[in-house]
Amino acid sequence: MSSGKGGELIPSSSELDLDRPNIEDYLPSGSSIQEPLGKLRLCDLLDISPTLTEAAGAIVDDSFTRCFKSNPPEPWNWNVYLFPLWCCGVVIRYLILFPVRVIVLTVGWIIFLSCFIPVHLLLKGHDKLQKNMERALVELICSFFVASWTGVINYHGPRPSMRPKQVFVANHTSMIDFIILEQMSSFAVIMQKHPGWVGLLQSTILESVGCIWFNRTEAKDRETVTKKLREHSQGVDNNPLLIFPEGTCVNNQYSVMFKKGAFELGCTICPIAIKYNKIFVDAFWNSRKQSFTMHLLQLMTSWAVVCDVWYLEPQNLRPDETPIEFAERVRDIISVRAGLKKVPWDGYLKYSRPSPKHRERKQQSFAESVLRRLEEN
Amino acid sequence: MGNSSSMLTQYDIEEVQEYCQNLFSQQEIVSLYQRFCQLDRNAKGFISADEFLSVPEFAMNPLSQRLLKMVDGLNFKDFVAFLSAFSAKASVQQKVKLIFKFYDSDGNGKVSFNDMLEVLRDLSGSFISNVQREQVLTQLLKEAGYSKDSYLTLDDFNKIFGISELKMEVEVPVD
Repeated sequence: MSSGKGGELIPSSSELDLDRPNIEDYLPSGSSIQEPLGKLRLCDLLDISPTLTEAAGAIVDDSFTRCFKSNPPEPWNWNVYLFPLWCCGVVIRYLILFPVRVIVLTVGWIIFLSCFIPVHLLLKGHDKLQKNMERALVELICSFFVASWTGVINYHGPRPSMRPKQVFVANHTSMIDFIILEQMSSFAVIMQKHPGWVGLLQSTILESVGCIWFNRTEAKDRETVTKKLREHSQGVDNNPLLIFPEGTCVNNQYSVMFKKGAFELGCTICPIAIKYNKIFVDAFWNSRKQSFTMHLLQLMTSWAVVCDVWYLEPQNLRPDETPIEFAERVRDIISVRAGLKKVPWDGYLKYSRPSPKHRERKQQSFAESVLRRLEEN
Repeated sequence: MGNSSSMLTQYDIEEVQEYCQNLFSQQEIVSLYQRFCQLDRNAKGFISADEFLSVPEFAMNPLSQRLLKMVDGLNFKDFVAFLSAFSAKASVQQKVKLIFKFYDSDGNGKVSFNDMLEVLRDLSGSFISNVQREQVLTQLLKEAGYSKDSYLTLDDFNKIFGISELKMEVEVPVD
């Protein structure tokens, strides 16, 4: 929190792109330099306290880092009778539940692969049948995954229907979001291509549900991806697209800004809100802290993964709305439903520095106030 | 204070509190320690410049580069001491001292015309010309009784800021 006992966030805009909404329009705004009237004196020029305070405030606490902080469930209070109980719990979880779950998952994979590989190779000619079977099989393996964490998932709202020109968006907490949603109905996702075994899965099995890959590091990537998205959403036979507009995993207590890509496709947007109950495990995948494998193992050695999924009312672009305003409106709907606090940051700031535009804006406002007061002299 | 442990003992807290002249409460020090550990990703015992810059709000600040010279590589005790100037309990002199230190980047106890010009440049960027910056600074120095070649000391700074109110407070969130 910077300079304010009221605990308000002093605004800092996060516009990485020129076409982001102007955050200063709807956040409590104000230039960081107050404008006292009167002649410009030496102490006014040398007084860097407002800017310095903002910097110190950012060092002490900032809304961006809070979005990616893991909040594991509170540890128990150790005392004489709770500790042995907890130990029993650990034994059960690691020595009984975990092996059972591994077996369940292995069985699931065996069934899946023994059906998927023949279907994939033999039904080459019968496109529609092949597609339907592969989709059903992916739904099946996702159910096995969910079972392997003892997933208790409450779905609310009408199940998504297979209609063309429909795109689903959801808030993002972990890669398991996709598995949880895919279990219910077959979606095509747009995902970051990962290395390792996940990447292998992505290129073989997920291709069958029609996934699109992007690469955060490639600059031109966005245009190609947008093109692919548009083509996919127009196709009649394709699975509906599932997009996570935040672009990165957030800790399920905050939501970062939605990228406008999904909202410019000219389709109906069906928002989905996902909220995990931290009572048994924190489902947030902190990609800075652990690999996906460790994350999965952590899930498999916990009691359960409990979450709520809400399928919300489909939204369309209003005639007087820009895609960015549309994105923010949908973000609002999802955040309210899932109890998330909105922050005006771009998720990609996790991987890159803010553009110099923001600093320049502050410099401009300072310069203008100095020059204005000089004229008053 | 163990570099790798995330636990502060009561002794550690009291030591830090004394070091920052009791400007922070014990709860605030614990909070600051949590924040320190959060920023110091691989538990090295200090926060590197890169880790500071990963906070977008800090990276966007015009004074961040110069500030980094002051905070880069600080251990926890010095980190708290640095932030203590922003405590509500800090006196105006303590705040002015920090501002002076900020200007006096080479730490020789004197702030030169160039030091002030550099900070002004950071603050105003390309929106005021170099010539105009020098003009304004020279003029205001003259009005305050200094010349372009004067070196300002901490006493001078105290005199300059003496009458003005310095709003320089940061609230440490306490869970």
